[in-house]
Amino acid sequence: MSAAPGPAPSGSARARGLGSARRGTGAWRAERVTAIALVPLTLWLVASLVALGRADRTAFVAWLGRPLHGFLTILLLIAVFRHTALGLQVIIEDYVHSAAKTPLLLLIHLLCFAICVAGVLATLGIMFAS
Amino acid sequence: MRPRSPNIQNYRPQLTSVLSIANRFTAVISTVAIVAFVAWLVAAAVGPQSYDSMHAAAASPVGRALLVVATFAFFLHLCGSVRHLFWDAVAGFELRTIYASGWAALAASVALTAGAWLIGFWVRS
Repeated sequence: MSAAPGPAPSGSARARGLGSARRGTGAWRAERVTAIALVPLTLWLVASLVALGRADRTAFVAWLGRPLHGFLTILLLIAVFRHTALGLQVIIEDYVHSAAKTPLLLLIHLLCFAICVAGVLATLGIMFAS
Repeated sequence: MRPRSPNIQNYRPQLTSVLSIANRFTAVISTVAIVAFVAWLVAAAVGPQSYDSMHAAAASPVGRALLVVATFAFFLHLCGSVRHLFWDAVAGFELRTIYASGWAALAASVALTAGAWLIGFWVRS
């Protein structure tokens, strides 16, 4: 990446957190990159769930146990919980201005990570059990 | 607290503003839906008993209604976010285009939700 325009902040401005940090677009970009990945992934998942209909466990496990289906499900889980954490962070930053902001952000990010791992583990368990 | 700008409640709702806040509401509903999907995955991994209780909850009238709401919310968030991706690429900012894409996103979400559920009832496997 090329350097951001404008003069670099002086040493004291930098120490006090003033001026451009020359970064910070990372979260914005990651939200978009995951959004683009999620367009085909979520459409695939919804179409698959519609096709599965009222599948019982045997049918659902057989479907998820297929290598391609498990692979796409894990890709979706990783992308969707990264996207969710970043999106909920923006909502909190826009509306929560109290001392609860930082704990809420921590909670959102940790919960998204934990739920993502739970989903990936469940998927892997089904894939390797079948 | 003294009023601060912008006093959003003083403005007549427009398609642009309604779809803007709708993208956030549908994001939160989609979050609940994807967490429910993980619960579904975990239930399937745990065993038939837990899967069957999840299945019964989803098949109940309330579960069914929540699934329809979640489906529409997901599609509206998807279509609304595709508009946002075009705006991020600095495209489609003309007022006519904004209204056209807004109505298109709304119509597509209704059609996709109806289509998904009609096909779902038709499959019934």
